[in-house]
Amino acid sequence: MQVQLRIRRYNPEQSNKPWWGDYTLQNVNRTDTVLDLLHRVKWEIDGTLALRRSCAHGVCGSDAMRINGANVLACKTLVSSFSREGSNQAKIQVEPILGLPVQKDLIVNMEPFFEHYRSVLPYMINNDPAPADGRERLQSPEDRARFDDTTKCILCAACTTSCPSFWANDKYVGPAAIVQAHRFIFDSRDQAPAERLQVVGDTFGVWRCRTAFNCTNACPREIEVTKAIAEVKIALATGEV
Amino acid sequence: MSQIHTHQHDAIIVGAGGAGLMAALYASKKSNVAVVSKLYPTRSHTGAAQGGISAALGNVEEDNWEWHAFDTVKGSDYLADQDAVDVLCKEAIDAVIELEHMGLPFDRFPNGKISQRRFGGHTNNETKKPVQRACHAADRTGHMILQTLYQQCIKNKVNFFDEYHVVDLIRVGNAVAGVIAVDVATGDFHIFHGKAVMFATGGWGRCWEVTSNAHSLTGDGAAICFRRGVPMEDMEFFQFHPTGIFKLGILITEGVRGEGGILLNGKGERFMEKYAPTIKDLASRDVVSRAIFLELRDGNGINGQNYVHLDVTPKTVNKYFELAGESRRITREDIEQKLPDIADFTRTYLGIDPVEEPMPIQPTAHYAMGGIPTDVDARVLADAQGNIITGLYAAGEVACVSVHGANRLGTNSLVDLVVFGRRAGMHIAENVPHMELLPLPKDAAASVITEFERLRTSKGKHKPYQLRQRMQKTMTDNVGVFRTEESMNAALAELKQLREEYMGNITIDDKGRIFNTDLLEAWELGCLLELAEVTAYAARNRQESRGGHAREDYPNRDDENWLKHSFCQKDDDQFRLDYKPVTILRYQPKERVY
Ligand SMILES: Cc1cc2nc3c(=O)[nH]c(=O)nc-3n(C[C@H](O)[C@H](O)[C@H](O)COP(=O)(O)OP(=O)(O)OC[C@H]3O[C@@H](n4cnc5c(N)ncnc54)[C@H](O)[C@@H]3O)c2cc1C
Ligand code: SF4
Ligand code: FES
Repeated sequence: MQVQLRIRRYNPEQSNKPWWGDYTLQNVNRTDTVLDLLHRVKWEIDGTLALRRSCAHGVCGSDAMRINGANVLACKTLVSSFSREGSNQAKIQVEPILGLPVQKDLIVNMEPFFEHYRSVLPYMINNDPAPADGRERLQSPEDRARFDDTTKCILCAACTTSCPSFWANDKYVGPAAIVQAHRFIFDSRDQAPAERLQVVGDTFGVWRCRTAFNCTNACPREIEVTKAIAEVKIALATGEV
Repeated sequence: MSQIHTHQHDAIIVGAGGAGLMAALYASKKSNVAVVSKLYPTRSHTGAAQGGISAALGNVEEDNWEWHAFDTVKGSDYLADQDAVDVLCKEAIDAVIELEHMGLPFDRFPNGKISQRRFGGHTNNETKKPVQRACHAADRTGHMILQTLYQQCIKNKVNFFDEYHVVDLIRVGNAVAGVIAVDVATGDFHIFHGKAVMFATGGWGRCWEVTSNAHSLTGDGAAICFRRGVPMEDMEFFQFHPTGIFKLGILITEGVRGEGGILLNGKGERFMEKYAPTIKDLASRDVVSRAIFLELRDGNGINGQNYVHLDVTPKTVNKYFELAGESRRITREDIEQKLPDIADFTRTYLGIDPVEEPMPIQPTAHYAMGGIPTDVDARVLADAQGNIITGLYAAGEVACVSVHGANRLGTNSLVDLVVFGRRAGMHIAENVPHMELLPLPKDAAASVITEFERLRTSKGKHKPYQLRQRMQKTMTDNVGVFRTEESMNAALAELKQLREEYMGNITIDDKGRIFNTDLLEAWELGCLLELAEVTAYAARNRQESRGGHAREDYPNRDDENWLKHSFCQKDDDQFRLDYKPVTILRYQPKERVY
């Protein structure tokens, strides 16, 4: 089939104005991913196209982009999702994710995103001595299940950069950081839920969330982001984890 | 000419996957460490590991580290060094416990202990039946290891240089003085001057067409060391994992077969019964990959095509459990809970629900058993006699200790990362205080800058992707699951041609500096070409079949002549081979049957 691919381009070495690159690709398979198409442009047509990618199957979090208006991973988005069964045409528009400074083409500066991530103390805090028998700390399957969903996060930023509250104010820690806080707050082995709740209970924390559900829709790992945020809000309101 | 910046640290760790991060945690306890990575640490391919990490915890049935060691040696087709294997399997237990204490969310048994599952080649040595040894967090064990180690690095304020692409090693005689990197965002060159350098840059599956490896796995660290005179050990041994998604190469973990999944050919036969009567679908990877290859060659693919089926539908699996007189059964919920990512991959990329339908699979280029030779403290060897290059370390997939020998057992790479990553980190922490900081040679960065300028300004005919595709094709056709003298001669001729074209007739589009990934990809291609050639050369030389190296013209293992590691070096553009004896302790080589 044939795909009309439109890519938002920007190269500050050449001009401070972004522009649209239009590319017509032939012989595309319905099962090709948008990352495959971007590679074809980069390798066969214009090597200056810049993007991040690595794993090519949705596990490394490198290639969150805005494709036909929605935040997705390019490597996990098939051409077939933009073309009706039986049709041999598709139009696909690719832009960088919103709310982080664009550095070149589809590459944005991720540092502000990681700064929010680091602010929630995203690591296990447990100052008790390790079990005397030298073995693992025990955890029941039920306790383990409480935070299972939020351990899936690959820090791709699709959620945070789809959030209207984040667009409105980039000091908001954003859904991804709250997902990370949730992962530890609800881990029975962790001893610092209070510290984390304080961070996410701040003026730039969870209360900025207006339950728009954009984050949940954007998450390529199918994490119920809005639900995780709600659980953190309840923990804040009740003081109980 | 771009600006050159200089940094000084005690130790420089190149790579931030499992091995690099584990080393960084330990090394930075006592010394000033820089971790330099071309990817953001959490993008490293350790995050793609699925099935598990083995340790003889014995949480649900009897197990001990000696059994794990024997399985590893047998899996390696007796090429692994048994002293190193002992270290691996003994320290695995403690390393997994340490990961748990760091917060790793392992799945749990009802009694609260870490859950363990079966995996290919891991057995109870007495009954010969598969044993539950692989500790796991659903089918995203590697993701959880990478996240946990990164979290700990943040907690311990490890010093990261993210998206810095290392392109050269500064070697001074038989010691090192640092590395040279390109800051991807600006294109500037940076010299990291230090007393110790560690490479933890992962594998080079991108030498082949169909691979489970990330686009970024281009073997940079191995190629850089090789260019600086470091030998490459056992490069002929590259693992083809039996179950990659047809054409895409995306891995379907062995854990699927651990849960009961079976392989079926076009005639609906469970063909592994023929090739490995005792443990069938859970035989070692090399054995299963060859079986699939032979089935395909005999026209037993599904509908005459180049794939077979991996079937984990409860309907099929439970039928075979019943036939085998086993009491366990699996349900839709088991698959959704234990293999959620696998289900997601096949639904996304194939439109196939693994609960309802079998998955089309073929062998996929997966893991480098060979690489930079090291001792058990991750110190790099200068030669087959075991001399050390002062201050140079390597661990993880890029290294060859050798614990995997001719064929790695599933779950043993993650063990390798944490055990030898940790040993490297400890050794660095203890030793850099008394090590000397060697002065930087004059114009340390000159030769690599010249090479970058050549690539940037080149005006040849071929684009890098064209050369890359040709390399991948010849490696797949000629240095794949099976090889012959003839096929490898063909590969070597094509690779020589490709290298000439790479040096003299290439062109790239991006002449700029910032995020010039066109240029960096072209440079990475140079690394792949280098390693492809070493692989083909070492493979042609080894006239026997062992583990992942299967020669049709030499179908048998030949312990008399080939129970030894190969060391490949290049002087004045000529390959040179040397050999190192295998360390054998308790397990004498025997015929390998599963
Ligand atoms: C799909 C898949 C599933 C797997 N499942 C399992 C499993 O279940 N169990 C198991 O034991 N093993 C498994 N493996 C194997 C195992 O995951 C890998 O061998 C292991 O993760 C490699 O880790 P590493 O730390 O050596 O390198 P990687 O995690 O690959 O990291 C390499 C690092 O080096 C950096 N780097 C590379 N080149 C440069 C450069 N030039 N400059 C700067 N930085 C550089 C990268 O940025 C990255 O940080 C699997 C592998 C794959 C592909
Ligand atoms: S929660 Fe989902 S969308 Fe957000 S960063 Fe994590 S994986 Fe990406
Ligand atoms: S390339 Fe890794 S998530 Fe898309």
